[in-house]
Amino acid sequence: MPALPDGVPMPDDGALPPWVGTPRSGGGREFGVYVHVPFCTVRCGYCDFNTYTAAELGGGASQAAYAGTALREVELAAKVLADVGLPERAVSTVFFGGGTPTMLPAGDLVRILDRVRGTWGLAPGAEVTTEANPDSVTPSSLEELAAAGFTRVSFGMQSAVPRVLATLERTHDPARIPDVVRWARDAGLRVSLDLIYGTPGETLADWRESLDVATATGVDHVSAYALVVEPGTKMAAQVRRGQLTLPDEDDQAAKYELADELLSAAGLGWYEVSNWARTAEDACRHNLAYWRGHDWWGIGPGAHSYVAAAEADDGGARAGVRWWNVKHPRRYAAALEAGRSPGAGRELLTADEAYLERVMLGVRLAEGLDLRVLRPSGRQAVAGLVARGLLDGTAALGPGGMAARAVLTRRGRLLADAVVRDLTA
Amino acid sequence: MPPIPTEPAVARIQPNATPPELIRNFCIIAHIDHGKSTLADRMLQFTGVVQPRDARAQYLDRMDIERERGITIKSQAVRMPWAVVGEDGTETPHALHMIDTPGHVDFTYEVSRSLAACEGAVLLVDAAQGIEAQTLANLYLAMENELEIIPVLNKIDLPAAQPEKYAEELAHLVGGDPADVLKVSGKTGEGVEALLDKIVETVPAPTGDADAPARAMIFDSVYDTYRGVVTYVRVVDGNLNPRERIAMMSTRATHELLEIGVHSPEAIPTKGLGVGEVGYLITGVKDVRQSKVGDTVTSAAKPATDALGGYSDPKPMVFSGLYPIDGSDYPALRDALDKLKLNDAALNYEPETSVALGFGFRVGFLGLLHLEIVRERLEREFNLDLISTAPNVVYDVTMEDGEEVKVTNPSEFPTGKIGEVREPVVRATVLTPSEFVGTVMGLCTDRRGQMQGMDYLSEDRVELRYTLPLAEIVFDFFDQLKSRTRGYASLDYEPSGDQAANLVKVDILLQGDQVDAFSAIVHRDKAYDYGVLMTAKLKEIIPRQQFEVPVQAAIGARVIARETVRAMRKDVLAKCYGGDISRKRKLLEKQKEGKKRMKNIGSVEVPKDAFIAALSSDPSSGKDKKK
Repeated sequence: MPALPDGVPMPDDGALPPWVGTPRSGGGREFGVYVHVPFCTVRCGYCDFNTYTAAELGGGASQAAYAGTALREVELAAKVLADVGLPERAVSTVFFGGGTPTMLPAGDLVRILDRVRGTWGLAPGAEVTTEANPDSVTPSSLEELAAAGFTRVSFGMQSAVPRVLATLERTHDPARIPDVVRWARDAGLRVSLDLIYGTPGETLADWRESLDVATATGVDHVSAYALVVEPGTKMAAQVRRGQLTLPDEDDQAAKYELADELLSAAGLGWYEVSNWARTAEDACRHNLAYWRGHDWWGIGPGAHSYVAAAEADDGGARAGVRWWNVKHPRRYAAALEAGRSPGAGRELLTADEAYLERVMLGVRLAEGLDLRVLRPSGRQAVAGLVARGLLDGTAALGPGGMAARAVLTRRGRLLADAVVRDLTA
Repeated sequence: MPPIPTEPAVARIQPNATPPELIRNFCIIAHIDHGKSTLADRMLQFTGVVQPRDARAQYLDRMDIERERGITIKSQAVRMPWAVVGEDGTETPHALHMIDTPGHVDFTYEVSRSLAACEGAVLLVDAAQGIEAQTLANLYLAMENELEIIPVLNKIDLPAAQPEKYAEELAHLVGGDPADVLKVSGKTGEGVEALLDKIVETVPAPTGDADAPARAMIFDSVYDTYRGVVTYVRVVDGNLNPRERIAMMSTRATHELLEIGVHSPEAIPTKGLGVGEVGYLITGVKDVRQSKVGDTVTSAAKPATDALGGYSDPKPMVFSGLYPIDGSDYPALRDALDKLKLNDAALNYEPETSVALGFGFRVGFLGLLHLEIVRERLEREFNLDLISTAPNVVYDVTMEDGEEVKVTNPSEFPTGKIGEVREPVVRATVLTPSEFVGTVMGLCTDRRGQMQGMDYLSEDRVELRYTLPLAEIVFDFFDQLKSRTRGYASLDYEPSGDQAANLVKVDILLQGDQVDAFSAIVHRDKAYDYGVLMTAKLKEIIPRQQFEVPVQAAIGARVIARETVRAMRKDVLAKCYGGDISRKRKLLEKQKEGKKRMKNIGSVEVPKDAFIAALSSDPSSGKDKKK
């Protein structure tokens, strides 16, 4: 499990600093809600997410009681946001992630969504997504979600190759993928498939097969992630003991390039380093909100939240606030039970930190980063990055009188972190 | 009668009032680990100058490094009383001056001056190991100085001791009967009294003219924080006394004599020093350069006309760049070198800068051990973290137009038309068990050695004499010798002029830009090997960049070896959602911080650690040289 970041203590009541708010000028930021569901039937060897396999965790933290606890945090969120004087905004996007959200009965997910709707209202055309394990959905559960207002489902497919799935310790039957995609689409949901490449033992041909199976389903959205073996996972131990051999970065780069090629050929264009969609409407708006620096509230153990300052400011630590909840569901439940914020800590971002985040996140997007955002040293670095083939030259010039933007080339996407370091040097 | 003189006898051997015929000046020649310091400790104890309760191991080795490494860097001189009783029962007291000489090849000049202060030498050899090359070299030096040699086998208490075998070896070397070789144990004290008697018996008393103008030879000079420079002298003629000014004959500089005395073993001020006596002077100077080893001290008022022979300035033979790992330590390094210099007349240095390593000093040393000791003292006594470039020797380059250039740093090797390059050579002596003769000869030939001769010291031990370029010795020769002979061979060498050689400078280039710290001057036949070695090493160490980086070795414009650091293809975190942002930002901040510690060679970013890794894994660091 990734350790929580270092931060400063969170006030007991979860109150936000007074300087947060919507910008006084320009377009407003959207508000999104993330709901973390920390349960799975099994823990996969590579997974470092905050998730638990036991149905009963003690201290009032159980799968059955979870929805009720989450509802309390929705209430707390409403109060904290109102207390700091943020104008009420209808929720633009809701995302249920995990863990495996579909481990909970569809009715529980619907209860939480209903409470979000009842508290802030859903904006017209709001996107409501849930992640799902291909073997924990049925046609009727998907229909129930759609009927309750869910608009999108993201399946953790990972691979179409049984051998690779076995290494990842995924339990689902890859043959189900075309079925679950069809069921979801029949229910009126947009569908995304999550893929993982670079699993130990995966060949380039294996990866090609996974991409072929994914595109053959006709989905409109694919996320593809290089496997990262996090310290503390079972897989990290297997690697340490020499039972598994990690692919090198050249292998991962080749697989990324293959993904970009095959997905583009299937009509899916990249809109973020690891995400491809058929049209702009098919992109995941909730995730875009993270990359565009909008506000969000994360419900659930270990969830992060972020609210920006009203205005870019004077350089002090007041450009935005990010906080994170305690990780264990039991401590999480106990805090809310006692009427306290489940926040474990927070960080008050300085202007420099906010700037680095803005560049780091903005550059990952196909829409790119407005060059006017960059400080002078960053703007000076653009020409060199174009010359080295990492940034798109046409976009950097501002095609057709449009604002010039920093947009990564395919090679640049693979070296995005290096580009960010150069732009913020 | 006890060998420690009785009180009336002691009165006859007071400093400044001891007849020369009651004085014996001797030194101990021994290999490191053969037990010299233990034997010296034992002598101090037997002569009563150190009480058992004050005894500590290696009493005379004062520097931490000396005691830890079991070697002597600065020499010492101790006065000890010793009485012999004649057949008629009369007690004759003697003043013994034991001069504890430095024991390493780098300090040959200091050794020769110590020997010149003595009339006799105890040749001390480990009875389990036999004589080593360095001892042999010092033995020859002592014989050239016409010292009386007393062969002694030490550590006869060891189960592995073979005193008969090595007695024969020693007898063969110094001439004489194996039965005359004394056998002692510094550890148990066995045979030590007999040795002291033997010293009195066989070492000639000093001779000199008591009425002539004073002449005393400096055989060591030590900086002491509290007392300033303490100068060790052996009076040859006349008399030095605390009331007169003294003059240094090489510089004609005169100094007030603040204190004069003997060590026994702590300093004891005396009313002066007479013919044949060994003691110390304090003049209040703060720098050992004002009191140079080998110089002659005389009276300022009544100076001698001729200096004692044998004086020469210490000449650095080996150079290396010393750089602080943290660039902000540069002023601290300068201060530290300034302080060490006070106590080390052979140390000299000039500031230099390196593209790869930043600001540092090019430092000249007497040899590899000297380098290692200086470096260790800088790190230990001054808390500096240092990186040193591969040591090199001094080259004399004559250009075709007749211009002459002295090269102490390979990166300054001249370009343009070179007429001749001369390099220092040494006369090297290797002692090895006979089974390794072929191996040693192979190594020497490989290192451009010219064989000068070969002798069997005993049935299974051979002395090989070679002329070798010093540069080859400086480059991991000793380690190779040790590893190829399972540690049995020993080495000694002394400068022996220079020779013209077909030498070239090999540069190492990163994407076409020279990395100065890695330039080396090597024989043309070895240039390719060096190029391949260094390019392969750097390829492993240099992190992948956004572009392909050629790592080349070149002689002038001609590339002789090439490796490629492939371009980095992936540097991006795949996932970056709400919960990842803080972590990801901190990672980038850390990477950006790391970027500041990068050195740029052209457009190639190299972590400073990489240069350090490349230099530290260099085999020529001279480690374990002492063994």
